[in-house]
Amino acid sequence: MRLLSFFAVGLLFGIIMTKSEAISWFRIHEMFRFESFHMYGIIGVAVVAGAVAIAVMKKFKIKTLENTIVSYTPMKLNVTRHLLAGTIFGLGWALLGACPGPMFVMLGHGFWIFAIIILGATLGTFAYGVVQHRLPH
Amino acid sequence: MELLSNPQQIWQFASQPWHWAVSGVAIASILFLLTWMGRSFGVSTAFRNFCHMAGAGKKWSFFNFDLKSEYWRMAFVFGAIGGGFIAANLLQSPEAVAISDATIAHLADWGVNYPEGHGFMSTSLFDIATPIGILLALAGGFLVGFGARYGDGCTSGHAISGLSHLQLPSLITVIGFFIGGLFMTWVIMPLIFG
Repeated sequence: MRLLSFFAVGLLFGIIMTKSEAISWFRIHEMFRFESFHMYGIIGVAVVAGAVAIAVMKKFKIKTLENTIVSYTPMKLNVTRHLLAGTIFGLGWALLGACPGPMFVMLGHGFWIFAIIILGATLGTFAYGVVQHRLPH
Repeated sequence: MELLSNPQQIWQFASQPWHWAVSGVAIASILFLLTWMGRSFGVSTAFRNFCHMAGAGKKWSFFNFDLKSEYWRMAFVFGAIGGGFIAANLLQSPEAVAISDATIAHLADWGVNYPEGHGFMSTSLFDIATPIGILLALAGGFLVGFGARYGDGCTSGHAISGLSHLQLPSLITVIGFFIGGLFMTWVIMPLIFG
């Protein structure tokens, strides 16, 4: 039952990402070329609305369905790591016009190349797991 | 509300592309739902689960964990595939994605005859039937997978969830996303496709 509810939220996510056009390769390309406000509007509103929702949940100590309070485990600050990791990710994001969420949604659209892209992402994740101790963290 | 007086008109209303502000609030609602359900919004960890399922945990400790705690994310990811299927087949907008004329003109120089893939995917630059298309897909995927894990999160985890929690590491990671994205868009892609 619980898994089914997460599946349902996933369904909603897939529909929202499609109707927002945030999964479009062209929208991402346009964004990085600064030729449209569309994606900046989406991300900006999502962050502001998300921050308000999180702040309200924290302020009123709203219990989650797991009976916990809303919290976030902070990452250790390491500017080199964050910039390096972010840059590597950004290179792939701009090339594919898709980050991990949209990859799955686009597969649902029937763009089969995303099966290969997801395989590539799994290989990249595997490579990280193998070399992680040699990287600055 | 005369506009929405019959089911067909309601369907047409639901099938049009959304305004960016509506979309932003809708994405925040996913963050809210997952947070309220006691989880944090993040997709890229699914790739780590795939590595675990392929048996990588036997040799590399990074992939050695209890998959049970990740069942919810797998359900979410399969839902995302289903949501994409529903949206593409039942809620498709009649017109292709309306990107800017400037982008269309620029892409014409790369041989892209817009719209391709209903404005969702460039099927000519990423042609699954060609070795270069497959190579680009694998390379791009690899960068996303490696970067997301090294940075401990992708766009959903850092740009949406992390920034909503006002996390400085997430802000720096997002700056990195744009450094890499701009370099790819303005320097590397013109070399590949130009």
